[in-house]
Amino acid sequence: MSVFKMPSLGADMEAGTLVEWLVKPGDSVAHGDVIAVVETHKGAIEIESFDTGIVERLDVQVGESVPVGTPMAVIRNADEAPDAQVTTPDTGKIPPQEVAADADEQTDQTQDVRTPDADKQLAHKQEVQQPGIKPAIAAPAAGTRAPQLASPAARTRAAEAGIDLSDITGTGPGGAVLLADVEQWLAQGKTSSAIIAQEVPADTHSRHPVKQGLDMAMMRQAIATAMSRSKREIPHYYLSHRMDLQIATDWLAARNAACDPEQRLLMGALFVKATALAVANVPELNGTFENDVFTPSEVVNCGLVVAMRGGGLIAPAVLDAGAKTLDELMSAMRDLVARTRTGRLRNSEITRGTITVSSMGETGCDSLLGVIYPPQVALVGFGTPARRAWIVDDQVLVRNTVAVTLAADHRVSDGRRGARLLTEIERLLKEPDQL
Amino acid sequence: MNPQELRSAFLECLVAVAPDIEPDTVGDNDRLQEDLELDSMDILNLVAALHKKFGVAIAESDYLQIATPGKAVKYLQQHTAA
Repeated sequence: MSVFKMPSLGADMEAGTLVEWLVKPGDSVAHGDVIAVVETHKGAIEIESFDTGIVERLDVQVGESVPVGTPMAVIRNADEAPDAQVTTPDTGKIPPQEVAADADEQTDQTQDVRTPDADKQLAHKQEVQQPGIKPAIAAPAAGTRAPQLASPAARTRAAEAGIDLSDITGTGPGGAVLLADVEQWLAQGKTSSAIIAQEVPADTHSRHPVKQGLDMAMMRQAIATAMSRSKREIPHYYLSHRMDLQIATDWLAARNAACDPEQRLLMGALFVKATALAVANVPELNGTFENDVFTPSEVVNCGLVVAMRGGGLIAPAVLDAGAKTLDELMSAMRDLVARTRTGRLRNSEITRGTITVSSMGETGCDSLLGVIYPPQVALVGFGTPARRAWIVDDQVLVRNTVAVTLAADHRVSDGRRGARLLTEIERLLKEPDQL
Repeated sequence: MNPQELRSAFLECLVAVAPDIEPDTVGDNDRLQEDLELDSMDILNLVAALHKKFGVAIAESDYLQIATPGKAVKYLQQHTAA
């Protein structure tokens, strides 16, 4: 028997709220299988099983706040006998009245002190405020009805199918609609009576709807915690290098002109690939520093900083970025960004980053000097590419250029080694065929 | 498709790419990048969605012509005319 405990979800997180079990006692699980969904300020995170075996029992119930390290389930090896004392979680732990009471408190947006109770309340608030779900599940600030209990997976699926959750009977605790309920409803070929897009109350019209505000408060707090810790503990040094990007720009334009939109690459994919390959030459920039020890990583799990509309940042990692082709990397980046915005990341993506890339994009400023995400030891920043007067073979030409910066942990590396990363990125961007 | 239908269909694609944008609040002169805060990933996803919906593959060199919903609808009208 082994006890599956709530894994760490990153330097800036201490607990999540369980919103869905994806397994039940008796199911087989393998290492890496997603077995539960936990709601956090980064959205719904899919928790992967560490062990392979058979689920013996589940010890946490939907709606409970789960601090890191909490025993969540017991998994037995395939060859062990089942425990005669198997207990199943009893349903209805979260009575609907309790959720309605929390819903009344949703108008309180000043809550930023994180206690376990606050986590639970905020999680209830978050449960009814998924981005992308128009208020057919009406915002309780409008005051007319209690929020529909549903798991994030169910919400996402319902939104994809364009159906109203309140049409579906939920079989989860407290009448919550689960993914299985949505799938079954769809399989029966029903259509929704309410068309989601029409139900926007006049007073919630805005580009940055009220519902984002609460998620942002908690996310802001988490960013504050992580960035403060970073600056407190990591002695940062900074290097900057402006590089000629014309070759990569021309290469990309030619390549994309021959492709349909679905196959096009973004310059960002070239930036990430160049960084992932370059860091192989400077291993002291790729890994984690914890308990006074630097552990280099064999693979490059490259974090991407994704800005959330309305504020906030999440930096999930593309695992083994260096081994992917540009097309595979672009695909992985699109998928990761999409899931970051809808809140369906896996815990391995938010905890196993070994270096992070932050890119200003098309509209921004010259250079980005970042703050390292602990426990990583480096962050590479790409500014907005801009045309500049540039010397090429004793001539002054107009070239597209980009400023690339490195923020690095001085306990682990020094400037000369850090500079090597930047010059290597420069070399690789001049030979995009090699990426 | 008439312009109204084109505009509706365009907005559907826009909202699919950026779910937090309320379609009723989108103005014809809103710039996709500066005003609606779409980044280059969003723009690419939007162009892919438009390709799927209208069968029009918008070249990168034409991106300026779809910088606002108003311009985009005109562009789609020109490129979907039989």
